[in-house]
Amino acid sequence: MISFFIKRLLLLIPVFLAVSLVIFMIVHLVPGDPIDNLVQINSSPEQKAALAAKYGLDKPLYQQYAIWLGNALTGDLGDAIILRRPVSDLIAQNLPHSLSLGALALLFSTVVGIAAGTLAAIYKDSWIDRVTMTLILLGSTVPGFWLGLLLIMLFAVQLGWFPVSGARSWDALVLPVLTIGLGGVALVARVTRVAMMETARKDFVMMLHAKGVPPWQIELRHVLRHALLPVVTILSLRIGWILGGAVTVEFVFARPGLGSLLITSLNQRDYPVVQGALLMLAVAVMLGTLLGDIIQAAMDPRIRERIK
Amino acid sequence: MTLLSVQSISVSIGTLCPLESITFDIGKGEILGLVGESGSGKSLTAMCVMGLLPRIGGTVTKGSIVFDGRELIGLPEIELRRLRGKRIALISQNPMTSLDPIIRIGNQVDQVSILHLGLSAEAARARSLDLIAQLRIPEPAAIHRAYPHQLSGGMKQRIVIAMALAADPDLIVADEPTTALDVTIQAQIIQIMVELVRDRGLALMLITHDMGVVAQACDRVVVLYAGRVAEMNVIGEIFAQPKHPYTRELIRCIPRLGQERGSLKGIPGAVPSIVDYPDGCRFNPRCGDAQELCRNQVPALERKSSGLAACHFSEV
Ligand SMILES: Nc1ncnc2c1ncn2[C@@H]1O[C@H](COP(=O)(O)OP(=O)(O)O)[C@@H](O)[C@H]1O
Ligand code: SF4
Ligand SMILES: [Mg+2]
Repeated sequence: MISFFIKRLLLLIPVFLAVSLVIFMIVHLVPGDPIDNLVQINSSPEQKAALAAKYGLDKPLYQQYAIWLGNALTGDLGDAIILRRPVSDLIAQNLPHSLSLGALALLFSTVVGIAAGTLAAIYKDSWIDRVTMTLILLGSTVPGFWLGLLLIMLFAVQLGWFPVSGARSWDALVLPVLTIGLGGVALVARVTRVAMMETARKDFVMMLHAKGVPPWQIELRHVLRHALLPVVTILSLRIGWILGGAVTVEFVFARPGLGSLLITSLNQRDYPVVQGALLMLAVAVMLGTLLGDIIQAAMDPRIRERIK
Repeated sequence: MTLLSVQSISVSIGTLCPLESITFDIGKGEILGLVGESGSGKSLTAMCVMGLLPRIGGTVTKGSIVFDGRELIGLPEIELRRLRGKRIALISQNPMTSLDPIIRIGNQVDQVSILHLGLSAEAARARSLDLIAQLRIPEPAAIHRAYPHQLSGGMKQRIVIAMALAADPDLIVADEPTTALDVTIQAQIIQIMVELVRDRGLALMLITHDMGVVAQACDRVVVLYAGRVAEMNVIGEIFAQPKHPYTRELIRCIPRLGQERGSLKGIPGAVPSIVDYPDGCRFNPRCGDAQELCRNQVPALERKSSGLAACHFSEV
């Protein structure tokens, strides 16, 4: 298991290098002199020269990349042009908001989605299944930002149950979590339901019935366990999607977070911040897939066998 | 003494009627063979006995199945469940697919005695280890910890047999327990199974398409053809004096030494398809003795000089 973890971690290195290269190239690909894309407004020529020296802007591109990556790995992501602070400070300030939102949305999608999918599969073709499936269909077709606006209008503006925006108290999390999470619930429920119905047709399930195992035990201890394997896959692939959802949802709800930071800095052409935020998102996505792989290997001995 | 009595049951699945008036019984401690070509209804008969027919969308339309004095047809599912695994156990056809692939072997065996005998986890484990050893599996503790994909087919089928024995059932239904296995270990598995069943005085319904296996293991045999009983007799009589032409063909096709065993492709003609069974005797298109009567009238299952057979022209 440990060696598997290390192997997977090593596999992520080339991915990380590729992604970081693209992020590094941003300042060179956008219009303008790279130094102007990196330097704070109204900087003196001396300051510009110091920065150019720091990033080795007179050196070939690959060396510049090495310098930039080296700095980034030690936590130095440069200084924000507009906000005039170290990018790492900005990220440290915003990351917790995104993490709590993302983690809660993920938890919500997983728990509610699995429960709904399981109910639908166990009571398939009954009204429970039909109601769940209808909600799932609605949930997977409505775009996140639109749902967010709808929720704001209903629960925040009309009913006044939750704050319209901000992140000052825990209840400000409810609507954003719902907005990101409902799509995830729909997805997880659908995958769970299909996987459970597929597993239920397998020979070993008939054998469990022949052993006299009570149906609820068969469904929950055996069938659901198998169905969770594709659910974990889909969730680990969707980590990026959930974080991406957080980007727009943070914006809609005017919440602090990596998403808001990214969008604001994009609008302001604050490229060091854009780079830092994107790098963090990329790392989060990679860690998400790694976590998914590990959970799957823990659940399925056949996968552990394959990676030996 | 009769343990299981199946009385003229008919089964329908949708518009199909794959079993018609199946009748046989099994005494306590008896090994009954159920033979017939593929598609003759052996597995469905097993499903009926296990009370699992509804799981594949089938229903028993008439007849009765009495197990140890209790009628199983119409018994509530919860009562059937208490019998399954505890008093009637199943050994399935394909050991490769009949174990849960992500659960340790041992836990799957323990499950039965925990469920039906109320054993604690440790007691169940001890019991399983003992059973696994009795199936002549080396290193029971290692196997108990292993996952299904780490075992060969033969080992897995031994585990399925251990699982069937785990709650001390009275009857074991074994549906072609060795068909999916390597030819070289088929006889060995049958032998271990029969030994354990005999030692414990259990009844066994041994489904096979191989008359060689029947000769090796059974006390009595029921021959099925196209969803009906063709013949039933004790083992000595079946081989000494088969009453039904189909039984004769089956016996003629037993592979001799040096031939490949296990296939019945020696009988001329094809098994009729369930969607157009011939009128009259369903064996008539393939029967050398067939007459006009055979094409028009269904032969009844009748008492002969010994045993029962369903043929208009069986001589004795
Ligand atoms: N689930 C099912 N649905 C429809 N027909 C079935 C089903 N199971 C079996 N049958 C049909 O019933 C007949 C007997 O099948 P089966 O009992 O599996 O035969 P055997 O085990 O002797 O090979 C076959 O013709 C088969 O096509
Ligand atoms: S009834 Fe006729 S066709 Fe059927 S087995 Fe007997 S002789 Fe052959
Ligand atoms: Mg079969």
